[in-house]
Amino acid sequence: MKVSPKRIVLRFGTDISVKPIVYRLVKDYDLVVNIVKADVNPQKEGTMILEVTGDQSENGLNYLRDLGVSVQALNQEIVRNEEKCVMCGACTGVCPTGALYMERPSMEVRFDGDQCVFCQLCVKVCPMWAMEVRL
Amino acid sequence: MGVEKTYAEINAKIKAGKAVVVTAEELISLVEEKGLSKAAQEVDVVTTGTFAPMCSSGAFLSFGHTAPRMKMQKVWLNGVAAYTGIAAVDAYIGATEMHEDDPLNSNYPGEFRYGGGHVIADLVARKPVKLKALAYGTDCYPRRNLETTITLDEINEAILFNPRNCYQNYNCAVNLTDRTIYTYMGMIKPNLGNANFSTAGQLSPLLKDPHFKTIGVGTKIFLGGGIGYVAWNGTQHFPSMIDSDGKELGSAGGTLAVTGDLKQMSPRWLVGTSYLGYGATLSVGIGIPIPILNEEIALYAAKKDEELFAPVVDYGEAYPSFTPGNLGYVSYADLKSGKITVNGKEVSTAPLSSLPRAREIAATLKGWIQKGEFQLTEPVKTLPSPADGVIAHSLKED
Repeated sequence: MKVSPKRIVLRFGTDISVKPIVYRLVKDYDLVVNIVKADVNPQKEGTMILEVTGDQSENGLNYLRDLGVSVQALNQEIVRNEEKCVMCGACTGVCPTGALYMERPSMEVRFDGDQCVFCQLCVKVCPMWAMEVRL
Repeated sequence: MGVEKTYAEINAKIKAGKAVVVTAEELISLVEEKGLSKAAQEVDVVTTGTFAPMCSSGAFLSFGHTAPRMKMQKVWLNGVAAYTGIAAVDAYIGATEMHEDDPLNSNYPGEFRYGGGHVIADLVARKPVKLKALAYGTDCYPRRNLETTITLDEINEAILFNPRNCYQNYNCAVNLTDRTIYTYMGMIKPNLGNANFSTAGQLSPLLKDPHFKTIGVGTKIFLGGGIGYVAWNGTQHFPSMIDSDGKELGSAGGTLAVTGDLKQMSPRWLVGTSYLGYGATLSVGIGIPIPILNEEIALYAAKKDEELFAPVVDYGEAYPSFTPGNLGYVSYADLKSGKITVNGKEVSTAPLSSLPRAREIAATLKGWIQKGEFQLTEPVKTLPSPADGVIAHSLKED
């Protein structure tokens, strides 16, 4: 039986960055893991987007949760409501991946959806409620 | 001997369609290209602009009478309380008042989705707004309850009156503690994780006339997309200048009280605003024309981001505890570059004040003046300037 892979977003603190979590998913839980995107740096909070296939995938994800990794299914996207955005830039200070950034010297706010890891911080901090979650 | 112009001469040129009008950023380029004297001779008016959350904003609304009459004692607009202790059917809706059922910070950090600023924005967007009023009843005003719907066009008067807007300068906020904080300067990450600032720098109106030589009571301005006026100095108007290493620095500085007819303003320039964990307010667009009466006024109007400085303040500990001092000064050029250095650490910066919108305001005002639609007004009274040494008072507990 062919099982379609699970797309998940992982978020973790600096303590996890030094642990071989992907190796454990493969070795201990026999999962096929495809790393779609990864931003791992021992100095800051890390994020990873994975495609995971295997019978024990739920056990593997529970192993990650037990370590303190935030595991979130990737079935939504963040979009910017251009009508509401006033290009202030408040979101660029909290976006962990630089998906929201200031273009210089125009100081216009740009959003690169490919860099977005769906942490939704921008949704919370945008003073104009211009960042929206779409399922 | 430098150039000297009068308001009357400049207005005559505006009327004739011959005035030379540039934005504050264009003036900077012009001075770099031609020198200060030549630029001051050529340019008649410099336009400035700012678009940012501005607390201490609100609107006086006069609803009109009902039959039977009512002396409103408590009033809510879309569930947000307005102050009606001024007259029977007059109320003041303040930008930071929250909806009656808002959970505030009980689920920290609160979202503060709808407040007085949002009510003003809804009114100016011509959306219907629910009005609820209670009264105790008198012989001349017998009605005790009212629930109805109002729109901006159907009420008698709507006067935006913002007691403190247009801060001359403002702190750059950082956080030295080890927890994330939620402030009116946005979310600030622990251990100098980020730095937020909220001034348009070289486009900001009061940074371009720091001694209040031309901006005073009665100055006609761009306010919320329409015409407004400077009513007085704003509250907390402390236009002190600090000299450090030979640089002229503004601290938080001067402020303006501004007013205008809300009915001719636009939802693009009055936007309801929420700060996670802090509260709600109103973002206001303001543009002020500066007449180039002489070279000295041109000198200040041409100050660029490299010459304008903001104090860096710790909002984790120093600000809430009202501890004086700061962590040094950074230029607006550095702030806009995206990186500053605080306590030896590189910190990334983000603005809360929209520079693209500030540019749009300066350009719009320039267009109005060029077309002869907008004449300049000479202040009927000057505002306290740095030379007046206004001192801030603080409260002490009994």
